[in-house]
Parts: sequence; C-alpha cells; structure tokens
Amino acid sequence: MNDTVEVEKPAKKKGKWTRRAFIGAGVAAGGALVVGVAVRPGNPVDSLKDIVAGGQGEELINSWVKIGADNVITAIVPHCEMGQGANSTIAQMLADEMDADWEKVRVMDAPADGNYVSKDALRVFAAPGFKGGETMEPTYDGLFTQISKLAGGYVTGGSSSVRSTGQNGMRIAGAAAKEMLVAAAAAEWSVPAAEITTDKSMLAHAKSGKSEPFAKFAAAAATQELPRAPKLKTSKEYKLMGRPMQRTDIPAKVNGTANFGIDGAPEGQALKYAAVKAAPIVGSRVKSMDAATAKGMPGVLQILNMGDFVAVVADGYWQAQQALNSIKTSYEKTDIDALNSNKMFANFGKALDEAGDDGGDSKASEGDVLGVMEGAAKKVEAEYRVPFLAHATMEPMNCTAWVRDGKCDIWTGTQVPLWARSAAAEGAGVGDDDVTMHSAFLGGGFGRRLEPDYVTQAARVAKATGYPVKLIWSREEDTAHDHYRPADISRFKGGLDKEGKLTSWNNVHCSTDEPAESPLVEFYDIPNVSVRNAEVEWPLKLGAWRSVGHSQHGFFVESFVDEAAHAAGKDPVEFRRELLAKSPRHLNVLNGAAKMAGWGSELPEGHGRGIALVRSFNSIVAEVAEVDMTKGMPRVTKVFCCVDAGFAMNPDGLSAQMESGIVYGLTAALYDEITLKDGAVQQSNFHDYRMMRMDDAPDIAVQIINGAPDNLGGAGEPGLPPAAPALANAIFAASGKRIRELPIAKHFA
Amino acid sequence: MTKFQVNGKPVELDMDPATPILWAVREQLEMTGTKFGCGIAQCGACTMHLDGKPIRSCSTPLSQAEGKSITTIEGIAPEDGTLSKVQQAWISEQVPQCGYCQSGQIMSATALLKTNPKPSDEQINSAMAGNVCRCGMYGRIRKAIKVAAGIEESSTQETAA
Ligand code: FES
Ligand code: FES
Repeated sequence: MNDTVEVEKPAKKKGKWTRRAFIGAGVAAGGALVVGVAVRPGNPVDSLKDIVAGGQGEELINSWVKIGADNVITAIVPHCEMGQGANSTIAQMLADEMDADWEKVRVMDAPADGNYVSKDALRVFAAPGFKGGETMEPTYDGLFTQISKLAGGYVTGGSSSVRSTGQNGMRIAGAAAKEMLVAAAAAEWSVPAAEITTDKSMLAHAKSGKSEPFAKFAAAAATQELPRAPKLKTSKEYKLMGRPMQRTDIPAKVNGTANFGIDGAPEGQALKYAAVKAAPIVGSRVKSMDAATAKGMPGVLQILNMGDFVAVVADGYWQAQQALNSIKTSYEKTDIDALNSNKMFANFGKALDEAGDDGGDSKASEGDVLGVMEGAAKKVEAEYRVPFLAHATMEPMNCTAWVRDGKCDIWTGTQVPLWARSAAAEGAGVGDDDVTMHSAFLGGGFGRRLEPDYVTQAARVAKATGYPVKLIWSREEDTAHDHYRPADISRFKGGLDKEGKLTSWNNVHCSTDEPAESPLVEFYDIPNVSVRNAEVEWPLKLGAWRSVGHSQHGFFVESFVDEAAHAAGKDPVEFRRELLAKSPRHLNVLNGAAKMAGWGSELPEGHGRGIALVRSFNSIVAEVAEVDMTKGMPRVTKVFCCVDAGFAMNPDGLSAQMESGIVYGLTAALYDEITLKDGAVQQSNFHDYRMMRMDDAPDIAVQIINGAPDNLGGAGEPGLPPAAPALANAIFAASGKRIRELPIAKHFA
Repeated sequence: MTKFQVNGKPVELDMDPATPILWAVREQLEMTGTKFGCGIAQCGACTMHLDGKPIRSCSTPLSQAEGKSITTIEGIAPEDGTLSKVQQAWISEQVPQCGYCQSGQIMSATALLKTNPKPSDEQINSAMAGNVCRCGMYGRIRKAIKVAAGIEESSTQETAA
C-alpha cells in the first residue's frame, strides 16, 4: 500500500458503492476519512497516536475511532461543540455502524493538528462545483470559501457536521472499524468472518460459544487490511441512528464543570488578566492615550498601546477593566468618520437605483421577466430592509495565551482551531507548529467564532507582557467589534396573471449572497425569474451570522410571496401550494406546518397567523407564527415548525436546533439592529441590543419529516430563516400592517 | 479581609471589597462554574445565591458577602454525589445547548422552587426573565422547572440502546 488511501464512496442508492476515491494522495496524512491510516507504520498516524491515544494500552484504529483497553470507544470528532450537540450525534452514527455499546462511547475533540482536518466539511464549504453526492451543497463561495482556505478545514459551521462528517466520515469509519475487528476475531478463532456477530461492543461466535469485547482485538484489528467498501447499514437496520439519545456533553453543563474557553488556564500557573478596547472605527488607530489615572490603580501591571487597541493587564479582570475605563484615548481620522446608518442605506438605495430592472450582477435569470411583467394582470412591488446584526454569543470573546521560549499556548473556544492556531502564531511571532491549542466548549458560536481576531489579540498581549494572560472582552467590546451580519435592502417586482399566478419575479439586493443559493427561489414554480445583486461598500467587518444570507433573503422572499398572495386575493398557504406544485418535499413540509397550526381556524380578535418556508443547508423548514397584537407591541405566542432534514439522526437534537434557531431569528426580527454613528457602532450591551427572554418567548412545537434518508440536511441554521417572515406575515394578518423593515419593535415604539 | 462562606466552607479574601463577587469567586477561589455574560446585571449568567437569595454576582460587591453564605453552581448538588432535582430535570429535558447560561439558569430556578415549590407559568416568567439564554432554550427550561417541581412528567429521553 502506498500513502494514498482510496475509500469507496456510497452512491446515492442505499447500500451501493461506487468506485470513487474521495480522499486523494494529498489528504492521506491521517485525514478525517482515511479509514485505517492511523495504524500503518511510517504513516503520519504515528504522530497522531501520541496525541490521541493517551491512555495505557489503547490502540488507535483509525483517524476517527479509538478503542481503549477498557472497551471504551472514543469518537474523535473534528468539530467543536458549541451547543449544536452534533458531536454526540456523530458519535451516535459511528457507534451504530460499529454496533458499539452506547453507554461506553465517549467523544473527544480532534486536536488542532493538520492530520485531523475535516476534508469533507471543507469540501462542503470550499469547492464550488464539487459534486460529493447529494449530501453536499453544490456551491459555496465567498466568505466560507475564504475561511476554509485559510483554516485548512476543521470548520464547524455551515450546518455541516452531521451531514458531511457524520454521514461521509464517521459512519464509514465505524463500519470499517467493525469489519477490521471481525476480521481479526475470525483469524484468531479460525472461523469464517461471516459467522461472527457484533453487538454492544462485543464480538461473538454462536457455534463455538466464543464471545469477547472489541478491545481484545483492537491491536490485531489495526493490522488488518483496510476494507475498501465497508458495508453501511440501511435505515431499517439502524439501532441508534434516528433515536433521541441523550447528549454526552450535557451532564458537565449542569454542575459547573463544563470547561469553556473563558475557564481555560495553564495548570499551576498564576494568571494575569487583560481588558481591551479597540479603536471604535474599523481601520482607525490610537493617536494618543492618557493613562495617568490608570497607572496608579490597584493591581495594574501593564498598560499597552497596541496601535489598533489599548490593553490593561492586571492581577484581576475587574481591576483591568476599571483601569481601562479611566484611560482617555483619541484616534486617527478615517474615511468613514462621518458615516451613519441613514447615509449608508442611502448609498445602498443609489446602487439599487443604478442597477434598475436589469442591471447588477445576475444570480439567476430565466425566461422573459421584463416582457412578462409588462403584460401582467397585476403588479406587486415592495422594498425591504434589514440592519446589521451582532452575534451576541452568551460567552463574550476571550482567549488565554502564554508565549514563552518561542512557544505559544492558547486556551479558547473557536469554530476554526487550525485557523485560530495560525492567528495565534501570527500574534506571538512563532510558527504554527509552535502553538498548542487547548480546546474548550464554546459559549455560543453562531458564526462569530469563525473569526479568531481575539486570539491574535491575546497572543500579542501575552507576548508583550510575558505573562500567561487571560484576555476577556467586555460585553460592550463584544457588541461593538463583531463581524456583523450584513445590512441589506432588497427590491422586488412581481407579476401576477389573470388567475393570480405568479409569472414573473424580479429581485435586486445588495448583500453578498452566501451561500449563493440564498436569494434564489428555484423550488417555486415561477417561469420568469431575475435575481440580481448590486455592489456596495461596507463600513463594518462582515461575518457569517447563523444561516448567513438566508437570514436576510428568507425574510425578503417570504414576505414578498405573502404580499403577492394577498395581491392575488389568495390564502398564503394555498398560494404557496400552487407554487410548490413541482416540489413535493417542500409541499409536504408546508402542509405539515399548516396542519400543526390549524391553519384557517378561528383566532381571537387581534391575533393572526403567518407562514413562511425556506430551504437552507439542504433542510426544508416551514414555520407558522401566531401573534397577539392586542397589547400594542406584537407578542409571538406560538410557533409551529415542520422540518425535513432528510433523516433526523437524533430527533430530539434536531428539534432543539429548530427551537434555538427560531428564538434566535425572532430575537433579531423583533428587537435588534446595529447602527452606525460617526462611523462607530452605537450599541453596547443587552439593554440596547435586546434578547428574547422567558417572558416573551413563544411556545414552540416541532414536527419532523424524514423525507430523504440518504440526503441529509443541516440542523444548526435552517430553523432560523422562516421565523422573521412568518412573524411579519402574522402581523399583517392580524393588523393589516406590513412590516418591510426590521427590527419590528421600531414600528411599535 | 472579607469573611464569608462559599458552599458551606468558610473563606477569607484579602482583596478590594468593591470587587464584584463574580470575579472574587472565579479568580481567587478558582471556581469557574459561574459565568460572566454582561457585567451589568442584564443577563443572569453570573447568578449565585447570597443567603439563599439569587443575586447577580457581577454587580454585587464582595463587601456585601461579609458574614454571609454564598452558594454557587458547584454547591447545589446533594453531598451524596447525586444531582439536585433541578439538575436532574435539566438532563432529562436535555436543556443546555452551548450551556454557558445554564449555571445561572439553574441557580435562578433552584431559588424559585425553594420559595415557591409549585410555580405558575407567570411566576416562572417573572423569576426567570433575568436570565438570558442566547441559544433560546426557554421552552425546555420552563418544562424542566415543571418537571423538577413535579408539576409535569419528564419527556422520556433515551439513554441506552
Ligand atoms: S454577567 Fe451578571 S448579569 Fe450578566
Ligand atoms: S445554552 Fe447557550 S446560552 Fe443558554
């Protein structure tokens, strides 16, 4: 065998394999899907063995699974746990294929080592046009591509964990590991492999009455030839997949022992603490700093002017923050010193005016939009607007760094450990290999922790001071220095024929469309479509915000479909049913949500229902929101959610992700905007960047349809996009007031 | 020198009495289960009990702990190694997502049930409205409180194959 391991890939049809390598020569360095590479001598896996197989008597079977002498099976997961529970689900997939004892399955983060790159997740993000089977999104570009390239993989985002790493990696790894164990047992017992059965991490041979734990054959299995086409279970054979197994990370999250980035520290070493304040405007620099008061404050050790930010290092974090607050700074002028949000939106409007009815960058073009519009029986027009949004993860950005002897240690929560490692290396002035990443839970990611700016900062401060430093952003810093969900304006013109059917669709907007499919309406049967994008300049750093472009376009598209339905004099569900005539899965989901909600039944005076349907990350989600308008400010009382994610590997996990996405989406829809004044962000903390709470959160019901067992969709993001339009449409139904600009609270002040 | 009890054990801290209890406990006592979220009593991530009552420890100075007793997330499980009813319900209802807010949520819920063993939805709302969960697990938190209170049955989650 050479270093290129080719593993055959499951074809679309169940149980069939095609002769196709999905990992090439360059990837063989223990790459995530290289089943068995881990054990061959002279292979990079030997170095991995030291990192992963820490315990005594453990044998690393392959890059994905470790079996201990105690028969405990560890799934080595190349994704970070940020709340989505995907790591548990991936382990569930592995364990099922292996016939492992779930009680003895553990999950471990893959170390931030190039050998653990999740190549498959990377492809989901990074290779436009890559055809990896139906579980892959066909095209991803822009921001994600950029991130993936820089990160070299190991990305948690794009709702990709289960459908790519789990489906294409873990299951194959599990099946392969089992076959190798069976082969090893067959050789030892001198019986045919076909007579050996596996269950609960045990191998058994009924005829001879032999039965041994997996661990007994771990070492021997490691020397077996790699199965080239490990046989995967069909959905009927699943024992663990499809069941609501409890998540493995939860017990530590109820007793205070869960280790988050903010809790990380070198063992037995006294930490110092840093508070920081970045220049308020993107690109500006500190011109002068008056730290006279701060110098004399208790506990203060060092005050640093780092050019783009100011830092105070002290014995305690509170001391550092107090001292920082007393420092007076001035900043160099920038090009956007005079910019405010109104001006920015006016610029967007100008760009859209210029694009007109047929200008800008075409994203989709079908039929004769302008001609058909011309002859339409009825025309509908609308302009929608959404603001910048911050992620507001519950755990503010933070990172602990220690730079000494040309080495750097990092404790932090990140969605991109490899990229964070490079960011730390840059800040510390050392090589990537000189950085050790200590992994931790993420107190929320939502896309924010794809950007390791806080890691670079911590490494710079640690290097400048020589201390092991825990750097924590205040909530104010976190809110004002995010990488924001882009603001956007989107304009629509729609044409209805005599029967009230939508025959032309003309849309132009400003945002950068990640993923590229986000503004498209392919699943709706509209014969003439033009979707275009007008280029604008952005005064803030942009980032991937939970569900990315779908968060804007879901609102735009589904609000406009609703307006078209009303213009056509049709019920919004009925109108969508007609549009979905050629999309049976979408139609099922729509009908599912409508049925759950009792669509069409009476509601009390002042209450209303709205529906929206969005397909994102290969999952189809419809939501019906119920709103109570009797108290002035809209109060969402209920949300009914129907989701088809192909197959729910863990139904409770999928449901939790829907609930979470809905609340995240409603929070933004109702309350939040990041605005600019004189080039700087105006919001600072939860009093002016408001969160939904227990007393304004709706009751949520989730129904799952397993509409395509071999075509998995994502979970972390798809619950979000329909929430805002469902609510806005409900407000219209209840009150006749059409919301075309978010946040909603603005219109009810 | 501030003298008080933490989870039943006496402690003495020689630090600025204006320091918020949160940082004293996290940094000096190295108990990191209690979290920092906002620093201005807006999110509840830092919730502890001071003489049994919930406080926002990010905005409560150490001086207020003098002679009193503090309970943190590390101190609410029974001594025998089991979990409290609230903690058990948090697991059976699979409440946490990222988990970062959950120490605070559990402390608020525990304090609520101590004074009001069978709270109504309205009472749950008002006791819990100070605790933000950015992961939006409010439905599960509410359900778990009711399960812990014996008002509702647990949703059966599977554990083993
Ligand atoms: S950190 Fe104390 S209430 Fe937010
Ligand atoms: S579980 Fe993440 S903030 Fe509540």
